[in-house]
Amino acid sequence: MKPPSSIDASPYTDATQRSVAQHLGMWTFLATEILFFGGLFACYAIYRHTYPEAFAAGSARMDFWIGTLNTGVLLTSSLFMAFADHAVKLGRRETLRRCLAAVWLLGVIFLGLKFYEYHQKFVEHLVPGAGFHPDGGAAPPEQLFFVLYFAMTGLHALHMMIGLGVITWLFVRASRGTLTADRPAPVEMTGLYWHFVDCVWVFLYPLLYLVR
Amino acid sequence: MKIDAFSSRDVSADTPVNYFTRDYSLRSWLFTRDHKRIGLLYLISITFFFSIAAIAAALMRWELLTPQGDLVVSDIYNRLFTLHGVLMVWFFLIPSIPAVLGNFILPLMIGARDVAFPRLNLASWYLFMTGGLLVLYAILIGGVDTGWTFYTPYSSVYSNGHVMLMASGVFIAGFSSIATGLNFIVTLHKLRAPGLTWFRLPLFAWSIYATSLILVLATPVLAITLLLIMLERFLGVGVFDPKLGGDPLLFQHLFWFYSHPAVYIMILPGMGVVSEIIACFSRKRIFGYRIAAIAILAIAALGFLVWGHHMFVSSQSVYAGVVFSLLSFLVSVPSAIKVFNWVATLHRASIRFDTPFLYALGFLALFTVGGLTGLFLATLAVDVHLHDTYFVIAHFHYIMVGGMVMAYMGGIHYWWPKISGRLYHEWLARISAVTIFIGFNLTFFPQFILGYLGMPRRFHIYPPEFQTLNIVSTSGAVVLAIGYTLPLFYLGWSLFFGPRAGSNPWDATGLEWTTPSPPAEHNFERTPVVTQEAYDYPDLSL
Repeated sequence: MKPPSSIDASPYTDATQRSVAQHLGMWTFLATEILFFGGLFACYAIYRHTYPEAFAAGSARMDFWIGTLNTGVLLTSSLFMAFADHAVKLGRRETLRRCLAAVWLLGVIFLGLKFYEYHQKFVEHLVPGAGFHPDGGAAPPEQLFFVLYFAMTGLHALHMMIGLGVITWLFVRASRGTLTADRPAPVEMTGLYWHFVDCVWVFLYPLLYLVR
Repeated sequence: MKIDAFSSRDVSADTPVNYFTRDYSLRSWLFTRDHKRIGLLYLISITFFFSIAAIAAALMRWELLTPQGDLVVSDIYNRLFTLHGVLMVWFFLIPSIPAVLGNFILPLMIGARDVAFPRLNLASWYLFMTGGLLVLYAILIGGVDTGWTFYTPYSSVYSNGHVMLMASGVFIAGFSSIATGLNFIVTLHKLRAPGLTWFRLPLFAWSIYATSLILVLATPVLAITLLLIMLERFLGVGVFDPKLGGDPLLFQHLFWFYSHPAVYIMILPGMGVVSEIIACFSRKRIFGYRIAAIAILAIAALGFLVWGHHMFVSSQSVYAGVVFSLLSFLVSVPSAIKVFNWVATLHRASIRFDTPFLYALGFLALFTVGGLTGLFLATLAVDVHLHDTYFVIAHFHYIMVGGMVMAYMGGIHYWWPKISGRLYHEWLARISAVTIFIGFNLTFFPQFILGYLGMPRRFHIYPPEFQTLNIVSTSGAVVLAIGYTLPLFYLGWSLFFGPRAGSNPWDATGLEWTTPSPPAEHNFERTPVVTQEAYDYPDLSL
């Protein structure tokens, strides 16, 4: 007789073991993410130290209000993510759906504003490369600031898009009723990830918008 | 040790259904979540990549038989050593022991049903293959001439090779490393059998743990660095671009922040395997077990602080150079502790000279030579003379081939009866182990002398006075190639005709030996409970 297929077999002995393993796995993943962004932060730190004036000049070209508004938008979306986490544990399906919808919507607003900002930079000839001709000219290192700006916010936006995809999937599952109080892990894991992406922005915002 | 003395000690070895015989369909392999099958998928894949990289090495050694460039031109030679380096480092050495033996053995060793995230484990193999195939494609359409280190601004601006493709292949394979490391960390923290406390873990498990920490914390830095190179190549501007005031040296810092710890990814698992083999074949607990375990973690931690010793002759400040030099010396302390632990274990032990033990002995000798010559290179003034010479080549091949590949071969031979359920031909295996040892030393020892005399690396031509030593080196490579080819035959033969191994042919301790050979798909009938220390061998000391 054939033993049962491995597809159904779980490496865990019980649900608690499964849950702690998933949490540790997620935290470990976030540690790798910190080092992934860390390379860019290291570049930023070194060049900002070498070229303080150019970085201040580059930062002065940023749209302070869009950056600030986006910070508010993203922090609020994280708040709703925390509500969603709470809702799934209380087993309140409708609240969970609404919270996830709010997270998703705020995330989309953030990206919308971000891409509007990218468009602005394009119009103002602030995109690094052959077309980099800002008004009033710029010292060469100022371009470094904008390379880092696009790399850092671009990578952050990519993480947001992946997060939005996962939240869409959570929303579908919440609607089908497969997210229950005894298995909250998918919402918890996504929450950790979303808060992490939020934290990255909390560092990006002052580094890019508030240099004086 | 007679082969037939081992056969069929355990009737459960004849159980018809195991992880291998359960299902022969291709689908059952490509969609498997069984850590043992994933380990075998890795085994086949890395053997393939090893062969291609070895052919590149053979071509280089062939070219170096004569001082003139009569086989290839310099451009092809550049592409050959790049392909050799990229494939050997990222597609053979880094996955070798962790992804093959770690995947197969680790869950068995700690009494677990599987790794913590079996689906992620399978995904890691697909990422690995995607990366590997991209690199192969880049090679087929013309290759890359930057060397495996992708130094800027050459890689980002001037190189006419397929840097984008190859870098993205390495980038993708990096995520497979991260997935594997993450899986092992969680597995070791959360899935150990009841009673298996941290200080009861076999040292192989400790070494995989330390390796996983490096994989998880260093690889993302490589990923972002490669991404920045691709960005710079694609857009024509980037953060390493000197025209903008960018610093190419920053690339080297970021690259070595990954790649020096990666050297420890390429040796720590070997230390783990060798600890298992030495304990088993000297029938003793590893001397100073706790210190040996802590030394493994210490090497992993210190390994993050020494990257600057690759940059002594760059424009790095002298002050930084001095600090990096001192820190590099510091790594030799836990490394030496490990060597003393092994030697002290062998002292007055009743030793059996079976094949795995021969490899372990080879490791011990070659790793010691590699480690000591590392101290030469960590010395600032000496490094100025030896930097970018064949001395460096010889040094890191003693660590990576003499150390890691010896340990990998030893581990394959040690656990082969568990993996395949069969015994290989012991004498052929011993002959191949000795052949590899001799071939290796013939190939690489002359390179220490060549480097000391000033022969630079990465050139296909050289002054005629270096020819004798180069001929010795190339003939050594031939011997080495024979040594590496033999196992393919006798291990393949053993799969079909080898005597059955029984569950524990070496009389070793460790939970993996309590399962039938090959193990059932679900590993253990019931979860084992551990009540003993690791390496609980009866005292046979003379």
